[in-house]
Amino acid sequence: MTLSDRVSLLAQAPAAETVGSPLVNISIFSVFVIVTMVVVIRASKKNSTSAEFFTAGGGFSGPQNGVAIAGDYLSAASFLGIAGAIAVYGYDGFLYSIGFLVAWLVALLLVAEMLRNTGRFTMADVLSFRLKQGPVRTAAALSTLTVSLFYLLAQMAGAGGLVALLLDISDRTGQSIVIAVVGVLMIVYVIVGGMKGTTWVQIIKAALLITGAGLMTILVLAKFGFNISTIIGSAQDMVSGSASEAVAARDVAAPGAQYGGSETSKLNFISLGLALVLGTAGLPHVLMRFYTVPTAKEARRSVVWAIALIGAFYLFTLVLGYGAAAIVGPDRILAAAGGQNSAAPLLAFELGGVILLGVISAVAFATILAVVAGLTITASASFAHDIYASVIKKGEVDDRKQVQVSRITAVVIGLLAIGLGILANGQNIAFLVALAFAVAAAANLPTILYSLFWRRFTTRGALWSMYGGLISTIVLIIFSPAVSGSKTAMIPGSDFAWFPLSNPGIVSIPLAFLLGAIGTLTSKDNESKEKAAEMEVRSFTGVGVEKVVAH
Amino acid sequence: MTTANARPGATPERRTPTPQDFVEMQNSPEFQQLRKRLRGFVFPMAAFFLVWYLAYVLLGAYAHDFMATKVFGNVNVGLLLGLAQFVTTFVITGIYVRFANREIDPKAAAIRAELEGTPQ
Repeated sequence: MTLSDRVSLLAQAPAAETVGSPLVNISIFSVFVIVTMVVVIRASKKNSTSAEFFTAGGGFSGPQNGVAIAGDYLSAASFLGIAGAIAVYGYDGFLYSIGFLVAWLVALLLVAEMLRNTGRFTMADVLSFRLKQGPVRTAAALSTLTVSLFYLLAQMAGAGGLVALLLDISDRTGQSIVIAVVGVLMIVYVIVGGMKGTTWVQIIKAALLITGAGLMTILVLAKFGFNISTIIGSAQDMVSGSASEAVAARDVAAPGAQYGGSETSKLNFISLGLALVLGTAGLPHVLMRFYTVPTAKEARRSVVWAIALIGAFYLFTLVLGYGAAAIVGPDRILAAAGGQNSAAPLLAFELGGVILLGVISAVAFATILAVVAGLTITASASFAHDIYASVIKKGEVDDRKQVQVSRITAVVIGLLAIGLGILANGQNIAFLVALAFAVAAAANLPTILYSLFWRRFTTRGALWSMYGGLISTIVLIIFSPAVSGSKTAMIPGSDFAWFPLSNPGIVSIPLAFLLGAIGTLTSKDNESKEKAAEMEVRSFTGVGVEKVVAH
Repeated sequence: MTTANARPGATPERRTPTPQDFVEMQNSPEFQQLRKRLRGFVFPMAAFFLVWYLAYVLLGAYAHDFMATKVFGNVNVGLLLGLAQFVTTFVITGIYVRFANREIDPKAAAIRAELEGTPQ
């Protein structure tokens, strides 16, 4: 959303269109909360051991985990955000979804199965397997916490905007209360349900989200005689008829409406594309999901299910985005409370009235809730398992204590997310998600790939790559136009930006790969040969993992 | 805690391989063959889809006119290439799963059985 869109949004806020009934929306959402809470409490009977709490004892099947992965991955940003971006910018919105989908091939071919075979609870288990435990685990945990916090913050801040639209709460205090309610619910899900409860919430949410989006897609297609060309034609007619000249000039089926301007913005787009495709397989909350299945084969099946569901969903959003442009029109979308994000809800109202809008609104909320719960359990497991149990206590800690520390961490992270989410409410959140992907791609993925596939890789290589990727990404973001020096910046009044791109991936990802290689080649090859052999044999075959949980 | 620790729920009759077992297995021809087979598949495939994705992103950024060329109705080259990314993602997934089920799983299972001393 450009600044002018934002300003016009603010100017029109009092007169902003409210559709549907907040009461219906809240009621349907409450039903979701009650149902999932019952499921979570029933699922939590066996949560005393760390294996149960962190990974549900590896007891989920591939298909179940695949649905849960889709539930974890398809955030409100990808549902409301992508549908809205397609409705307003056309083709450029579609480019996002392709990066988000293709990224799963990295996970499928290079990461998922080997990760399942070598680790137990966290990403750090794999990275520190054959290198020096203390420093590598600490670095991996720091990066896990950073990525999870940025991602969490984006979701919580996004909840504020969603509230404005769906519950018709426009004052800040009201929105803050709703953000706090979302945060508290998430804490309860995580500390009561552990990984098993969280997974069920994600499964239920994914089923609702994909069914809802699928139903809307069929309704849109039916309206236009199942002809995609007609939908695009009608979308173009509505866009060309827009009162705003900038919008009216757009070709909805061609790239360039959002990123087409200067050379810098093209480069920025390529940088974003890199972070999206390489970030997914480095997102700690995605990686942790592979530990909830018993074997590498089930991890493979999980990714296949996830790719099928996520791919289908993004195809739905393509139809929904163009459908929203054709049926609702860009002017009404941009004028509504919530702006671009309101495309899918407004379309739901046009297609199925108050009830369908209520269902879609509740699903959007459920989406935020399920995603933040997944992030919180990942961050709390990483703190309890990597930092507390392995680094601080050197492994001298009993299982029960580890789970207890994790529960406390979940509460702390939850409260932190509520506080920061309230502060960040209304901020430009798209860059927070992009930042989480960029950090994951730069700080995590190079070390994951090196430690799985490069025998010579050393501790110094891992540390240089992880810290180099983490620090360079964050420093470049701080000095980018996303934080200062532009009208849409986080701190609009000041200007200390010297890095021209708001997506740092094109610099920080190659840098992290390079640092990993240089760090390794300049250090003595003195890592344990036995550990390296054990890791490699395990990663390819699953020795010590397979059939453990088969009963 | 090291990940080499016995996992909870591990059945006692399963043998835990010694570090020496792992080193020997790593150097054995059967493991080398498994390793070569898997890498020989996933590396070229990963290179292919990354290059194809990057080509698509570069076209999206720099070749607006080409992407806007109408093919039929309002459907243009850009949309078809975008949908082709979906298709290749699904196809690569299918090919990999077939490959892994047929070529990798039996070899991996044989090595597991040898190291852990459990019959298939």
